[in-house]
Amino acid sequence: MVVPLGSTASILKYIRPKSFPTPFCPGCGHGILMGAILRAIDELGLDMDSMLFVSGIGCGGWIPSPHFNADTLHVTHGRPVAFATGAVLFNPKLNVVVIGGDGDIASIGGNHLIHAARRNLDMTVICANNSIYGMTGGQVTPTTPLGAMTATTPKGNPEPPFDLSRLVAAAGASYVARYSVWHIRPLIKALQKALLHKGFAFVEVLSSCPTQFGRRNDLPTPARMLRHFKETCVPISRAKDMSPEELAGKTLIGEFVG
Amino acid sequence: MQGDEACAEGAIAAGCNYYAGYPITPASEIMEHICRRFADLEGRVFIQMEDEIGSMASVIGAAWAGAKAMTATSGPGLSLMLENIGYALITETPCVVVDVQRAGPSTGQATRPAQGDVMQARWGAHGDYEIIVLAPWSVSEMYTETIRAFNLAERFRVPVILLSDEAVGHLRENFAVPPLTRVYHREKEVGSPPFGSSEVPPMPAFGEGARLLVTGSTHDEWGYRRTSDAHAQASLVERLVSKVRNHLDEVTAVERYLCNGELDVLLVSFGFTARSALGAAREAREAGRRVGLLRLRTLWPFPEDEVRQTAAGARYVLVAEMNRGQVLREVQRVAPNAVGYHKTDGEVITSDEILVAMGNLG
Ligand code: SF4
Repeated sequence: MVVPLGSTASILKYIRPKSFPTPFCPGCGHGILMGAILRAIDELGLDMDSMLFVSGIGCGGWIPSPHFNADTLHVTHGRPVAFATGAVLFNPKLNVVVIGGDGDIASIGGNHLIHAARRNLDMTVICANNSIYGMTGGQVTPTTPLGAMTATTPKGNPEPPFDLSRLVAAAGASYVARYSVWHIRPLIKALQKALLHKGFAFVEVLSSCPTQFGRRNDLPTPARMLRHFKETCVPISRAKDMSPEELAGKTLIGEFVG
Repeated sequence: MQGDEACAEGAIAAGCNYYAGYPITPASEIMEHICRRFADLEGRVFIQMEDEIGSMASVIGAAWAGAKAMTATSGPGLSLMLENIGYALITETPCVVVDVQRAGPSTGQATRPAQGDVMQARWGAHGDYEIIVLAPWSVSEMYTETIRAFNLAERFRVPVILLSDEAVGHLRENFAVPPLTRVYHREKEVGSPPFGSSEVPPMPAFGEGARLLVTGSTHDEWGYRRTSDAHAQASLVERLVSKVRNHLDEVTAVERYLCNGELDVLLVSFGFTARSALGAAREAREAGRRVGLLRLRTLWPFPEDEVRQTAAGARYVLVAEMNRGQVLREVQRVAPNAVGYHKTDGEVITSDEILVAMGNLG
């Protein structure tokens, strides 16, 4: 059965009126993710006065700042998890949510990410993973697939990417899930679990960037990018019965630690 | 008590309730002492972070959650913290950073004293801003100047750097804990613009319903990004600079020793070196030479009026410091005849060396 999503009007109250229009390109997955986060909050009935959103630099950092009508801390590149550490340790009553891109959270911020996971700090980290530096012009990141074209890999990316969810799970996070912006219902469910979770919750969200990633990699339209997620993502439960050949080029989605 | 420990005690007396740090010689004792003391105190949070960048970041996060927050490091760690110190400057976040200087550059001499971070403390972050830097010279001042650093940070919503050095940090002296005269707390007000309604705007904390929009980008008085707005950038930078510059009387502190009457030589110094300079001035006086000392307790904003006035009556001005002339150049801006005595071998400057340097003046 298809569960209907809450109406757009129901989430508008969480957005600062002065922050429109959004800075995202048409077809950017970050808009879908933004809607998913706010729907998760709305359905849970969380109090925005007790929520703190921390983000760094890059398109992903714009998801909460300036949009979300709550306390928002928009910090230096790569450091939102470390800033969030201070806020949540000093005031554990804050519901702290870090939102950022893969360049921000996993590259320059990788050290803070694994240590916060190891400490199992009580925060939710949402990584909008589009496998590219969007805002600075489409350079390679630690999650760019092997062989993918970027502004700094003219012959295709020679480096294998991080499997972020597995990395963070191995580091000690007590909740880890991965979905794409195509898998919107399970994504909202996972976000809700993460928001309610006591301890370090990590949600990796495969997000579409037609502007910088898609156009270089044969996925030039927003619809084509979303379909790509649909075709290449395999639920962990189903992957158990699949051969390595069948799993080649696929991305596992679901709860890694739950 | 040791200087580093006195610094930790001063922080506790000032109300510091969040400390994040990363080990580094010769500042680690501050972290260790705070950690031990916080363990028995209510409502104080200590964390050893994964690096200095994270330490500074979490200090700022805690400050916005309402904490009086501090970190301590030495030169290499300060280098790593500077991007986030810049963030604290533009977001007007009160916090205290202690730099117990050692000899550099790079790893240099980790266990030896130096005063080579004067310019890094002033200009290490990028862009235009005003920052407050204090320079204690004794164990007792490691206590009192740490309190002053917190009070100035809260008063002006700026990061304040306590610029000590290995010789003061590891110095052991008796000192009597002075009665607390005043501990300043930041002004709070939910509902008024947190970035510009007044010279030093009120600063509510996260979780108090203010729905704060805090960003390191150029912003308006409510925190909205205004990165293409020339006026927003100009007025923000202007206020960041002038809110400190307009109150030099509250920030600047110098001490004059033996400066009465006409001076043959005015010594200018700060930190540990000023102790040797005072010894040299006293010996010179006993030998009949008119020598005085101007000690800079505030290094930045540079106390140029005080230096100009005091230097005006002196035939020679000699600046003694454990670097190649970082404060000397500032002194020369207002006293062009000033010369320097420098040492950068990881040894402290002695009174005898300053006496010899004075003898060579002419
Ligand atoms: S560059 Fe990519 S990630 Fe950034 S807003 Fe545009 S589509 Fe979205």
